[in-house]
This record gives sequence, C-alpha cells and structure tokens, in this order.
Amino acid sequence: MSGANDPYDPKEVVALAPETLQNAVDDARKAFDGAADLDELAAAKPAHLGERSPVLTARREIGSLPSQEKADAGKRVNETRQAIQQAFDARHEQLRAERDERVLQEEAVDVTLPTDRVPSGARHPITQLMERVADDFVAMGWHVSEGPELEAEWFNFDALNFGKDHPARTMQDTFHIAPEDSGLVLRTQTSPVQVRALLYSELPVYRVSPGRVFRTDALDATHTPVFHQVEGLAVDQGLTMAHLKGTLDAFARAMFGQDTRTRFRPNFFPFTEPSAEMDVWFPEKKGGAGWVEWGGCGMVHPNVLRASGVDPETYTGFAFGMGVERTLQFRTGIPDMRDMVEGDVRFTEAFGIEY
Amino acid sequence: MRIPVSWLAEHLELSEDTSVDELAEAFVGIGLEVEEVTRLTPITGPLVVGRVAEIEELTEFKKPIRYCRVEVGKSETGEQQTRGIVCGATNFSAGSLVVVALPGTVLPGDFEITSRKTYGRTSEGMICSTSELGIGEDHDGILVLPPGSADPGSPANEIVGLEDSVIELAITPDRGYCFSVRGLARELSNALDVPFGDPANRGIPDDDRPSRTVRIEDPSACSRFVFRRLTGVDPTAPTPWWMRRRLALAGIRSISLPVDITNYVMLELGQPLHAWDAAKLSGDVVVRRAVAGESLVTLDGVRRDLDPDDIVICDESGPVSLAGVMGGASTEIGQDTNDVLLEAANWEPTGISRMIRRHRLPSEAGKRFERGVDPAVAAVAAERAARLLVEYGEATISAGRTDVGEPAQPQPVTMPLALPDQVAGVRYGRGVTAKRLNQIGCGIEVGTSDDGVGVVTALPPTWRPDLTQPADLVEEVLRLEGYHTIPSVVPPAPTGSGLTAAQRRRRAVSRALAHDGYVEVLPFPFTGEDTLGSLGIGEDDPRRRTLRAVNALESDRALLSTTLLPGLLDALQRNLSRGRRDLGLFHIGQVVLPEPDQPSVPELGVRQRPSDEQLAALHAALPAQPQHVGVVLTGQRERSGWWGSGREADWSDAVAAARLVAETAGVSLSVSAADRAPWHPGRCAALEVDGTVIGHAGELHPKVVEALELPKRTCAMELDLDALPVTDERPAPSISAYPPVRLDVALVVDEDVPAAELGEVLRSGGGELVEDIRLFDVFTGEKLGADKKSLAFALRLRASDRTLTQEEATEVRDAAVAAADQRFGAVLRG
Repeated sequence: MSGANDPYDPKEVVALAPETLQNAVDDARKAFDGAADLDELAAAKPAHLGERSPVLTARREIGSLPSQEKADAGKRVNETRQAIQQAFDARHEQLRAERDERVLQEEAVDVTLPTDRVPSGARHPITQLMERVADDFVAMGWHVSEGPELEAEWFNFDALNFGKDHPARTMQDTFHIAPEDSGLVLRTQTSPVQVRALLYSELPVYRVSPGRVFRTDALDATHTPVFHQVEGLAVDQGLTMAHLKGTLDAFARAMFGQDTRTRFRPNFFPFTEPSAEMDVWFPEKKGGAGWVEWGGCGMVHPNVLRASGVDPETYTGFAFGMGVERTLQFRTGIPDMRDMVEGDVRFTEAFGIEY
Repeated sequence: MRIPVSWLAEHLELSEDTSVDELAEAFVGIGLEVEEVTRLTPITGPLVVGRVAEIEELTEFKKPIRYCRVEVGKSETGEQQTRGIVCGATNFSAGSLVVVALPGTVLPGDFEITSRKTYGRTSEGMICSTSELGIGEDHDGILVLPPGSADPGSPANEIVGLEDSVIELAITPDRGYCFSVRGLARELSNALDVPFGDPANRGIPDDDRPSRTVRIEDPSACSRFVFRRLTGVDPTAPTPWWMRRRLALAGIRSISLPVDITNYVMLELGQPLHAWDAAKLSGDVVVRRAVAGESLVTLDGVRRDLDPDDIVICDESGPVSLAGVMGGASTEIGQDTNDVLLEAANWEPTGISRMIRRHRLPSEAGKRFERGVDPAVAAVAAERAARLLVEYGEATISAGRTDVGEPAQPQPVTMPLALPDQVAGVRYGRGVTAKRLNQIGCGIEVGTSDDGVGVVTALPPTWRPDLTQPADLVEEVLRLEGYHTIPSVVPPAPTGSGLTAAQRRRRAVSRALAHDGYVEVLPFPFTGEDTLGSLGIGEDDPRRRTLRAVNALESDRALLSTTLLPGLLDALQRNLSRGRRDLGLFHIGQVVLPEPDQPSVPELGVRQRPSDEQLAALHAALPAQPQHVGVVLTGQRERSGWWGSGREADWSDAVAAARLVAETAGVSLSVSAADRAPWHPGRCAALEVDGTVIGHAGELHPKVVEALELPKRTCAMELDLDALPVTDERPAPSISAYPPVRLDVALVVDEDVPAAELGEVLRSGGGELVEDIRLFDVFTGEKLGADKKSLAFALRLRASDRTLTQEEATEVRDAAVAAADQRFGAVLRG
C-alpha cells in the first residue's frame, strides 16, 4: 500500500488496474454462483464486498490519486462494485426462491387426514321439521305459539266441544293425572292452543302451534304414546272451507313437493263442523300406492268460538292438526316409529344440522 | 262395522254393474272411512251339499276323529253316491247337511282338495267349516246347514253365498245411526242418488195391553222401553244359514236362535235388543238408578258392585240387568227357555258411556247406545225380532206390547239457505240445500226471514240427534255435494311479525349445542320414584313433588318428570348398550313443577267465555311447565387421533355447555360451587343469572353413577331456559383504537378460593381500564405450600381516549392485586 502523499500514476497502482477490477468482478461472480445455499452465499460475501475485498481496497486507493485522476478512477471502482453487488443480489434472490420453494415443499401435509377432534352433533329431525313448518307459516304471515303439555281438561276437551261423557273423549286414550277427577290431563292434541289463542289474542288470528302430545298407545312400529302435532288456527271474517283447503294444499306442497296430490274428505271432530280429513297420495305406501291420512281439520265449531268469547255470527275460522311423525315418515320413508323416539344417536346424526 | 255388500244392496236399487270399489269410494266421499274391503272368493271345483249317512268314531288317536260316509248326490242312473271322508269336528250327527269339498275343489288360500290317506283311511274330500270357506273366523266345528235346506249333491257355492264382499267401516262418534244396515244403506243411497227402502218401514199391529208392567222411575236414564212376549219358543231350533252367514261376515258368532235374531235385528236396524227368559223374571219391572251396595251377576258370570250412577232394570228380586250394557245371569235364556221377553229400549247415551267405562264392558249394544239409537225404531225392532222367532223358532207372539217412556222430540233448526255456500266458499245450485237435507231425512220448510233472506227450517229425523245447529246442517250439505267440489283458495296473507325472541332463542340454543357436538334426543317426560331416588334427589326435594298419570303405560314411569335428566340418562344408556362410547346428548323440553299448595282445577262452563277470574283460577291450578335445556355426556369429548391423545369429558364440559347456552341467549352467567343431587358435591356448579340460580352443571355423584350403572365420570347440565331474560337487542360497545397493554399476574391463594371470584375481584379492583381478563394457568406444588394454589391471569388493559403509559398499567395491576389481597389474601407470585 502506498503513502497518501506520494504522487504516482494510477495505472501503476495495482489495485486500480483495470485487470484487477475485472478480476474482482469475475472472482466474485464465480464465488457467488458457486454458493450452494444462502449460508454459503453469506460466507462468500465478505471476500467480495467486505472491507478487505479488492473493490473496497481499490476505493481506498483513490484518495491518494492526483485530483484529475480521481473522478475517472472513482467511476470505474463504482461500476465494479455495482457489478459485484448485482451478482450477489441475483444469486441471493435465486437461492432465496429455491429455499422458499423447499420450505413450502417440506411443510406440505396430508390434507386428507381427519379433522374431527370434536365430532359434530345433530338436531332431531322432528324438531327440525317442526321449525320448517313454522317457517312456512310465518312466511304466510302466521304467528307461532306454544302451550303447556300438562293441560286442564277444560282446554283439552270441554272448550273444544267434547261432551263430558261423549265417546269422542274416551276415543282419545287420554293420560289422566291423579287423582282421577283432578281435571288435568296430558294434552291429547295441540288443539287446546286454539282455545288459548282465541281467549287471549285480538282477532283476526292466524296461528300455528307445533308441539308434543300424548295418547295411551303402547310403543310399537306404528304407534307411540308421545308424538308431535302441528296445529293451525285461522279466525277472521269471511273465512271459508275453500281457504282451509287452499292453506293445507300449500302446506302439503311445501312438505312433499309441488306435485303432491291431496284428498279432502268428510270426517268428525268435536271442535270442527264441518270436519274433514286431508289425505296425501303416497306412491311408496306399503302394499301399493294409496291415500294416507295426513291430519284432521275443519271449520271451527261455533261452540268452540262461543266458549272462547268469539261471536260465531261475525267470525268464522278453520283449524287443522297434522302429525309431525307422519309427515316426517312421508318425507323420508322411515319405516319404524321407534326409530324416532328411542334417541339412538345414529338415527339423529343422519339428519345433521339442517339450514 | 263390517257389513256384507249383499245385505246393503237388499235395501238399495243399485245398478247391476256397481262395483264394490265404487261403493267403498262413495262411503269415503261422504265421510265414512273404509278400513278394509274383503272380497269373498268363489270356490272353484266340485263344492257340493252333502248329507252325513254314517259316522264311525276312530278312537285310536289323541283327538276325536270321525270317518263318515257322506251322500253327495245321485249318479246318472239315479243312485245316491257316497264318499268316505275323515273329519276332526264333532258338531254334527248322522243326517246333518254339510258342505263337502270333493277332490278338485280349490278353497280360499289356493288350497286344493285331493283324495288322500289320513288317519289310516282314504279321505275322498273335506267337510268344510265356515272359516275354510272364507266366511268369518269361527273355527268351532264344521258348517251344518239347517235340515231340508238343500239336497245332497246341489252345488254349494250359491247356498253358502260366496259371491259377496264385506266392507269394514270406521264409524265416527257422531254417526251412531251408521252402526246399522239401515243407516249405511241410506248413506249410500244419498251418495249415489239411488232409491232406498227403509228396513224400519214395517207396520206393527196395535196392541195397547202391556206384555208386562214396566215403570221408568228415572226418565233421565231411559226414554223408551218396549217388551214383546213370545211363547212356545223352541230353544234348540237352528239359526238359518243365511242369518248365520250374515252374522259371521259382520264378525258376530252364532250362539242360539234367539240371541242370533237379536244380533241380526241390531245390525239391520241399529236397535240393540235383549232376550229375557220371562219365566225367570218375577213381578213388575222397574227402570232406575242403582242404590249403593247393590250388586248384580252379569251374563259373563261376574258379580258387579253397582254404582248409584248405574242404570239398572229390576224385578222383585232387585237389579237383574245392567241396562244397555249387559244382561243379568239370573234371567238369561237357556236350553229350556220357552217363554221369551224381547226388550227394545232407549238408554241415555252418556249414562251408558259411563257404565261401559266403569265396568269395563264394551259391547256392540253399548257402542250403539252411547252414540245414540233412534228412539222411534224400538217397537219396530222388537216386532221384527218377534216375527223372526215365530218363523224360525216355532214361537207364538203373545198379545200385548209394553211401550213406555217419552222420547225427546227433535227440535227444528233454522238457517239461511245460503249458509252452506258461505261456509264452503262455493256457489251451490238452486235447491241443493233443501234437497240434501231432505235426503238425510229432515222435514224441510223453505221461507224468508223478516229481513228478506231465504231461510230453511229443518226438522231432523229421530235417528240424527247430532243435528242441533246450523253448522251441523251445513256439513250434511257439503259432504253430500262432495268435498271435492270445494275449491282450493289460499286466504289473503295477514300481517305477520315472525317468530318471537324466545322462539328464535330456543332455536339458536339448539343449533349451538348441536354445532358444539351434542346430539338432540326427545325422551318421554315420564319417570318413577325409583329413578328419582337413584338420582339421590331426597324426599323433601321439590323435584320429588311430582304429578302422577293414573293410567301410565309403565307403572315405574308414571310420574311427570320435574327434570330432564332421567330421560337424557335413559337415552344415554340406550346408546351405550348399543355400543356407543363417546356421547353428548341434549334435550330441550318442558318439565312439570307442581306447587305444594297448587289449587285444584275449577269447574268452568262452555256456553260462553269464562270470566277473567275463572280463567285466572284455571291457570293457577295448572303447574308451572318451564322449558328446560339439559345435556349429558360421557366418554371422550375430544377424540384421540393423529393430533395426539383425546380428552375425556369432564365437569368443565358440562359447565361449558351452560355457558354456551347463556352466551347464545346473550346473558351473562356466573358460576359458583354447589352441592346438589345428582351431582358430585365437589364438582357441581350452580349457574346464576342476575343473582338467581337457574340450573346446575358438573360431574354426576359416584353413587348416582353406580346406581344407574352409568360410565364413571358421566357429566350433566340442566338449566331453566325460560328463566333466562330475553335479550332481543344487544348494546353496541364503544371500540377504542388505542393500543392495549398486556400483562400477566400470578397470584397465590388458598386452594378453596374460587377462580371465578378471584377473577372478578381482579377485574373490579383494576377498574374500567381492564378490557379483558383470562385465567390461563392453575398451578399447585410443594413450593407453594399445602392448601395453596397459584392462578395466573392475563390482563388486557386499554383506555378509550389515549395510549396507556407503563406507569398507568402498573397502577392498574397494583390496584387489582391489592383488591385480591384484601379479599382473599392473594400474594403476587415472584
């Protein structure tokens, strides 16, 4: 290395010699390209871009040059340094991309592994169907209400025009609450909610009541002592049996599809007059396609309106009660009633959580 | 009600080509539900009448076997031919006329008769029973035709009457008149618009002298009582085959001629009849209510204690018949009865209904009386039966007829002529209303009301006590016109307001639990004392205050449950027994919680709306029935898998389920230690909202687990969903954009300090700058000393209006720790 004040020809300064600078670039490129990974590249960097690298050594020599020489030498040194830096950057970019690629590859997993740490639950199809029915009626502008399952006989029978000792009362196989004359029963139908609605609501009333009902039938493939109904009640001025039919037809289509066939035929219920039964054509019926009872209905009996304080001269209404289990059976073909009540999770899980 | 079509057709002018399907459809169309249509199968092959010539008893077998020579008709040369036939029945003798299926005959069920060896003989055919011919279910012996009714060798198909069908109908309770050929034929005639001949349209001779003195002491029990007497009855006279056949097809067994005739007339006219042995009846007959302490042996040989509400027929000896329900044994007709009294009475329907239930004696007669029998037909029915006894039982009708009582007269009903149109939403043709009402037997008057509206006044026929209001008449018009003529019209939509907040909340809770891994079950709400006892619920616990169903299906599940847990645990066990191990179940349902001093149910009328006070009293008598939500869980809550080992369900999952419910419901739930059955006393959380305990959660008591044979560490939660306040609208928080300061605090406290309370103290001690506080570690160890634990909390502090300084954060922490120290003696851990 030369002293700062000795004048000399820059071309004679080895460090600034063009070959030296060209060699520095070539050496650096070779070293960088030869680096196999980012670590080797980092290790190779000081020798070519560090304080003791040829290009920085050359830069320091510029100070000792005569001033007229400095600009030119400085320019050459800078170009050299840029070339080396570019070589480094290019290689660095390349190696980092390779590394990133490798890391992503290494981090790859088997995405088909199970993910069910907490297995999903499920809602009972009866609950879900009742909600769906309620939604269908809400969409028609109806309200939804519930009532108690342990009911006063007055609500379950008397106010619904069941005579005290009429066979219709005994037909329903009622669970009576002790003592025998307690006047309390487990409701045999959701119809008492009709009376409650009429007693306490302003007219007009359009209301559905899904709920649990009870009859003393032993559990078997086709009977269950505890089942569900959806009760409907509309009381307004000018309601006709045609409106009842229209409402139930719409309901049937919502439940069983647009091509559903229904049949309306006379029947008897104490709380409706005229009364009707709605049958649905069931192509998969056991033993061949045929009509299957879906539920009872009719025009609200004037006696029921009177007992609830509604003037039958001004208001008319219709009511219906459809079996939910039955509806579910029609929709899904569940053959055995017991599957719906036993609470085997395998049954309910099949229905998942509907939207 | 089963009825042969041929019997109905006898009273109708049906066109020849009317099929049984058309008849069934016609019944359905007017409201008579067809349960079954049975077509009798005409038998092919040589089915002939035979006369038993000789009987040889074969005694070497375990049961009586007869080898018979049976005459089966003359050959071409005019000689009587006989066949040897083996028969296992004994209800016939030499000379009996029987039905013989000769080889080549095919009986119902594709049963081909061949000549075959049996019991050591060759049987050249079969002597048939009614059930083998497809008529009725009577397996007691073979069919014996009345003497002289046919010649041996005559084809038997027509004599037996196999070209027929039987329609079985479900009769609704309002149509008692349809429990008869008379009523059903009339209905068919209306449905098909064909002429009808009323079988009750028979003259009866005037005969004013009573057969026997009858006094109706209680006119509310009996509106009419008819006696007709016959003497010289041959008690052994056989019932003619045509009658036996019809009874068999209707499902009624042949007993004896007098009994068969009373049943036959009941089926034909709907009037139940009773045949008395007149000789066994002493003195005047009285109809009255029973007196307490009286008893009666009925026809079935059972001595029955009578209730003062029972309607009885008495003679000098006291009660001799349970009116309308079952006759008495002492006056029963038997093999030596020659002197018969035929009774045709009209009993008060609800009284009969109560007697049927009280004595558990359902019968064909009772079924008709409780639905109402035409009071006008009593004397006709007695006369019809008497004449049949004369014809087939060689009896003589004695002069005189008892006919007492005052049947209620039908009351006219007036309604606007257009009412049926208004109710149906149909414009019926002119005159339809009057025509249809006339068809069902009403007397009709059409007029105009004072305000100029066309009205019809209908006088219902005596057999239609159900027609009392305009609505009843409307239904008659509509059903006969056919419900298919009513159009389908959706009513204009009312203004709806959607589901209520409580309804939406229940759905949300149900969905949340399902998404959290619980499966919904719908158990029955019944339980028993034993189950409640096994749950460790003490005698004085309010949950033992249950209501009981009088007629429960299972005696050990007669109580209406006060908790959802018995049903949930039941479902849990069922699933375990079917091989499932990891289970979380939930149920949302009503429970019944009677008060100790629940008032009794008041009597309310139905003629008008009860007063508000009456309704309030009625509601006060109904126990509270809140909606509860419950979960039970066992096994792994988190499964083991490639991610590592699973986690067994524990008490905290049960509490978490409660928190999930509360969170879904938008209420804040606080938890504290509790001791309550059926939970583990050290692992039971009381769930509180606004200071009120609304439920419990935790691990079940080991004794409960043992008693109910549940897996160890089974957990449960139950809370009162209705007790949660409905929070329909939730307040919007103010969101601070300033950065938070996070700091951790580990505190050493006594082991029994509840973490939740310590957290609350830290929060309130720290003041409003504490945005969030979370317990992240619980540590116990020797270093801390016995009965000590360290609880580590992460605090997130934030101000709404500035960036917090380190000094402010430290102040908050110190304040929080000081509060914890003051309350629980908590020490900040190095």
